[in-house]
Amino acid sequence: MFHGFQFVKMSSRKSKSNNLIHAEYLSQVQRILRERFCHQSPHSNLFGVQVQYKHLIELLKRTAIHGESNSVLIIGPRGSGKTMLINHALKELMEVEEVSENVLQVHLNGLLQINDKIALKEITRQLNLENVVGDKVFGSFAENLSFLLEALKRGDRSSSCPVIFILDEFDLFAHHKNQTLLYNLFDISQSAQTPLAVIGLTCRLCLTEDRSVREVLQKHFNVSKNLRSLHMLLMLALNRVTTSHPFVTAADLMEANQLCSMDSKANIVHGLSVLEICLIIAMKHLNDIYEEEPFNFQMVYNEFQKFVQRKAHSVYNFEKPVVMKAFEHLQQLELIRPMERTSVNTQREYQLMKLLLDNTQIMNALQKYPNCPTDVRQWATSSLSWL
Amino acid sequence: MPHLENVVLCRESQVSILQSLFGERHHFSFPSIFIYGHTASGKTYVTQTLLKTLELPHVFMNCVECFTSRLLLEQILNKLNHLRSSEGGCSTHITCETFNDFVRLFKQITKAESLKDQTVYIVLDKAEYLRDMEANLLPGFLRLQELTDRNVTVLFLSEIVWEKFRPNTGCFEPFVLYFPDYSIGNLQKILSHDHPPEYSADFYAAYINILLGVFYTVCRDLKELRHLAVLNFPKYCEPVVKGEANERDTRKLWRNIEPHLKRAMQTVYLREISSSQWEKVQKDDTDPAQLKGLSAYTHVELPYYSKFILIAAYLASYNPARTDKRFFLKHHGKIKKTSFLKKHEKITSLVTLQLLTLVGHDDQLDGPKYKCTVSLDFIRAIARTVNFDIIKYLYDFL
Repeated sequence: MFHGFQFVKMSSRKSKSNNLIHAEYLSQVQRILRERFCHQSPHSNLFGVQVQYKHLIELLKRTAIHGESNSVLIIGPRGSGKTMLINHALKELMEVEEVSENVLQVHLNGLLQINDKIALKEITRQLNLENVVGDKVFGSFAENLSFLLEALKRGDRSSSCPVIFILDEFDLFAHHKNQTLLYNLFDISQSAQTPLAVIGLTCRLCLTEDRSVREVLQKHFNVSKNLRSLHMLLMLALNRVTTSHPFVTAADLMEANQLCSMDSKANIVHGLSVLEICLIIAMKHLNDIYEEEPFNFQMVYNEFQKFVQRKAHSVYNFEKPVVMKAFEHLQQLELIRPMERTSVNTQREYQLMKLLLDNTQIMNALQKYPNCPTDVRQWATSSLSWL
Repeated sequence: MPHLENVVLCRESQVSILQSLFGERHHFSFPSIFIYGHTASGKTYVTQTLLKTLELPHVFMNCVECFTSRLLLEQILNKLNHLRSSEGGCSTHITCETFNDFVRLFKQITKAESLKDQTVYIVLDKAEYLRDMEANLLPGFLRLQELTDRNVTVLFLSEIVWEKFRPNTGCFEPFVLYFPDYSIGNLQKILSHDHPPEYSADFYAAYINILLGVFYTVCRDLKELRHLAVLNFPKYCEPVVKGEANERDTRKLWRNIEPHLKRAMQTVYLREISSSQWEKVQKDDTDPAQLKGLSAYTHVELPYYSKFILIAAYLASYNPARTDKRFFLKHHGKIKKTSFLKKHEKITSLVTLQLLTLVGHDDQLDGPKYKCTVSLDFIRAIARTVNFDIIKYLYDFL
């Protein structure tokens, strides 16, 4: 929905003021679109999650109106619309009159309340019970929580206000010590003291560590097309819209796509000095010969010496400390990594390292490397020294 | 911004991308922007200059300086507080212990009139150190806009690529912007920009050309090159000052400066000597070959017994303790009480020369422990002078 967007007839004598109006409308369009792409304002329609929505809203209504306790865990990958779903549901719920007067909401986030003590303080704050609690000291978490919920009981002590707890980044709460908060919340929801709805949102498929799943997800993350990356792409294209360039063109989208899909490691290799490139090539050869066994600086230096001492070379035979400084720069950029934490017992030159680039990445980066000396490039393709 | 191009060289494309991302003051922008590129590629400079020139409300933080989450969060809040009450008045120092409090206080502060309707920018420089702080900090900052429900954008500046930041369970992906390295032409342009007014631009440009010729294959870091340019320029001008050559005698100038630059690469570039020492050398016109490094690398003549202490320390540092019996029958690797004269003094002097370093706490009850920090080449040279075949006693060479 565009607010206040009107068509303006272009008249030649009023072209200057038309330009100003044009700019103003453009600014408004930018504002609205930016809000949608960046701030995820809750006006959007729900696509593809109608079933889940119906289920959720029904559950919430049962807690809010009929006093039944419920718990829901919403699982989905990042950017799949979990927060949007619950926000939409809560908005619709609060439009019902008897709900908006009675029901309380507590929004928690695993990134913010990193332990149960902070969580309890936050709950107290959000229920506006700070004055009621005052300076009281409680023996246990359970005592504190039930005190808070008691305080919410209506004057005639007959029933309590329903409370909806929304726990974002739910998996982080599951990692708290003894899982006290979760345990108590579910305990209370079982014991029918207060009607509670506990809604958890998480992107973890299972709440235990699964290294292989994590690795696979990480590898394919860049390739998968999710809604957020689409937003980013469109936002980039939108950036190029100005008063002199008022429409998004195909070229804008293509440039935006290029910006989005850069290979960052290749970019970093592009900015290395020739000496550092030579060291990477030396490491590549060591990896090829010794089948990815870890290496140390002395080995790389020896390999580099073999190249430099050949008859035709454009790279000066640098002193060892200079080569060491280049090696350390590569470590600082995290292109190479020590196999274990720096141990006290080995000197820097003999510490075992691993290269974090594979052969295809190296060869691709070399193609794009500006002004690469020819013999360096030739050395990269073959380590044989009979050339 | 016409004058911005004069202040920020060779970065027009990045400046325009950033400007268009920021948009107008009251517009929303990306919740988080990740800027990466080599050191000295202008990330900090461009961001700071742009935010200051456009007068956008921003807070600039360095994650090396604020290395704990409490330091970082408190400083951000206090700086923001200063921003909103820019009309003097000393406001109370805000304390903040957790990220939860930070979000709450941030929401309060940004309600102020002066900050309400515009994007507030938080810049985190050296952002790679965030990974070593509390685990919720990085993902929290990435989604600060959502958590606080305010118009805020967080910029991360780093030389490490984004893939190494991403937490295991994923997070809100920032917009990733690359600051490309400077080409040799760009470097030439930027370095020639700070030529001193007494000399012509061409003269200085020729000097920069020679400097880059020597150093470019080794180092492309703008800061280092600038430092080297400034340090060595007096030596380059020397023939002209002395009247031995005029500004156009490129061959003579080159012959004068080239060995000097090569020498600089082995000393000042490696921080073996300090820049003030280097300047002194140029002034006194001493032979650069006589330079003594900070770590006494090649030019130390040790007394006889000190050499043996050093050799023993090297063996003790790098041979595993259990192998000592194999090599030595009479004494084990630890430096024991022997009849070496003035042993303690000798050890102290070796520590001063930085050939030994103190390891562990000062208050250890059984005496201080030391470690030998010289390289294998050095100790072999020393051992040769006392006719001691150290290789035979080293475990790694068996």
